[in-house]
Amino acid sequence: MNLEAVRAIYVFEMARTFRTLLQSIVSPVLSTSLYFVVFGAAIGSRIDEVEGISYGAFIVPGLIMLSVLVQSVSNASFGIYFPKFIGTIYELLSAPASFLEITAGYVLAAATKSLMIGLIILGTAFFFVDLQIAHPVWMITFLVLTCLSFSLFGFIIGIWAQNFEQLQLVPLLVVTPLVFLGGSFYSITMLPPVWQTVTLFNPVVYLVSGFRWSFFGMSDVALGWSLAAIVLFTALCIGVIWWIFRTGYRIRG
Amino acid sequence: MPAIVEIRDLQKTYDSGFTALKSIDLDIREGEILALLGPNGAGKTTLISAICGIVRQTAGHVTVGGHDTIAQYRGARRLIGLVPQEINLEPFEKVMNTVRFSRGLFGRPRDDAHIEKVLRQLSLWDKRDAKVIELSGGMKRRVLIAKALSHEPRVLFLDEPTAGVDVELRRDMWETVRKLQADGVTIILTTHYIEEAEAIADRIGIIAQGEILLVEKKAELMRRLGAKQMVIELQHPTERIPEQLAGYDLTLGKDGGSLVYTYDTQGERTGITKLLSDISAAGLQLRDVQTRQSSLEDIFTDIVRKDS
Ligand SMILES: Nc1ncnc2c1ncn2[C@@H]1O[C@H](COP(=O)(O)OP(=O)(O)OP(=O)(O)O)[C@@H](O)[C@H]1O
Ligand SMILES: [Mg+2]
Repeated sequence: MNLEAVRAIYVFEMARTFRTLLQSIVSPVLSTSLYFVVFGAAIGSRIDEVEGISYGAFIVPGLIMLSVLVQSVSNASFGIYFPKFIGTIYELLSAPASFLEITAGYVLAAATKSLMIGLIILGTAFFFVDLQIAHPVWMITFLVLTCLSFSLFGFIIGIWAQNFEQLQLVPLLVVTPLVFLGGSFYSITMLPPVWQTVTLFNPVVYLVSGFRWSFFGMSDVALGWSLAAIVLFTALCIGVIWWIFRTGYRIRG
Repeated sequence: MPAIVEIRDLQKTYDSGFTALKSIDLDIREGEILALLGPNGAGKTTLISAICGIVRQTAGHVTVGGHDTIAQYRGARRLIGLVPQEINLEPFEKVMNTVRFSRGLFGRPRDDAHIEKVLRQLSLWDKRDAKVIELSGGMKRRVLIAKALSHEPRVLFLDEPTAGVDVELRRDMWETVRKLQADGVTIILTTHYIEEAEAIADRIGIIAQGEILLVEKKAELMRRLGAKQMVIELQHPTERIPEQLAGYDLTLGKDGGSLVYTYDTQGERTGITKLLSDISAAGLQLRDVQTRQSSLEDIFTDIVRKDS
């Protein structure tokens, strides 16, 4: 194992994060605060409670997930797209490092950044609503697993993308809609039965549901399903990345 | 000297269908400086990229220090430092950090003393805290070299290290390369310039259209490159070269109307003055005298013609 390589990539990427720390953190915090104002205060004042929880508190897990998913995908995809774009990827390809080590370095760095943002948003939420976390350990577990699995997904997008438009496309056209339609701001039991079934094909539903369970002890789908979904998604991403490095897809000529 | 890099039947056909390397066989000896000389598109970069793992070879094998570059890529790549042809650097990164990164990536524990040594050697120590974007082109190229040296490679590939580098810096670069050789590093560099190969290489390989046309000791090649011919046109054709001139490397030109003298411009004396007086002494009258020198191009076409 070339753990030095993992560390070198991680440290290098984290240095980039800290160089741009303010902009990395200001914008998610600001947009989350806006969500609280709009959804929590304006709309929430007309919705009393969802399953016994004030609407403002109910949307907190969804809001955190929204930021964490978007951040994970965009951090990790940019992290590997950038070396490809400016040509420094030659160094990664010529290094005595395996695909696992290179991926680990980039994905851990991206996941760390989105975890930090997730926690900061959680902290911000306490300013707006009364919040209790029923299962803090599970909460952190879900958060970490989500950061990791979607950073893996982002890493794939970064390798697949051949220009900046494609890089932006997936977070914008895939991730954001999936999160909005994934029960972030409502319980899926509020939907008509047909749509409830359709929604079950959305992987984000399982994440949000499990994550919300760790806060309030109640969920749309069983906890086991949430865990299974996240593990499956992670395994799928690792499989794709393994294939990418084996075939050199879009990185090795 | 044992070979530190062994290339056997290395072939590369790009996805576009273009065959950039036909079948390369080459041994690179430990401790030597090998210059790969060849025109644009010859396959120099492709060859280096295949050895270093940047492109996948279509067929063949390469070993570095006895490690197969595919089956035992870790062992092989640990020994290799690569300075690419293009200046590929993170623009907003500090020099020190980017060099430190390279060392870690190659599995070496952090060692700032070594990095300081490398940066000083390349006159970059003063710039260690500068961002890459603030450096001149020549400095950036040296940063690339520093990155490649950061993990103490045994084999260093320099892909056109002196492209776009001024004369003074070019000499500095050659000096650096010689010092590395003195430290036992094997160096392979590509270039378009004969003078450059002449200045630093021990052996020179000529590559064109994906094939290595020849690999020779520099002295040998320079002798061939340095060969000059003098065509001596005669007033009256002669049937054979007179006895008195047998000691010269002479051939009879077309219809006996001229004599062609081949000599070495690098030799101590060319023997021209003596030849000319000996020709008169032999009773031949001169009409005109021309000289021509074989260029690298001549040698290329020569070799290619012999090939086919
Ligand atoms: N990714 C690629 N896909 C298809 N063809 C390529 C690719 N890269 C290089 N080639 C072709 O392979 C040939 C060799 O290219 P290479 O870059 O190895 O030449 P070179 O000897 O380094 O030339 P130069 O002196 O200009 O750097 C060229 O004809 C080039 O067009
Ligand atoms: Mg080249």
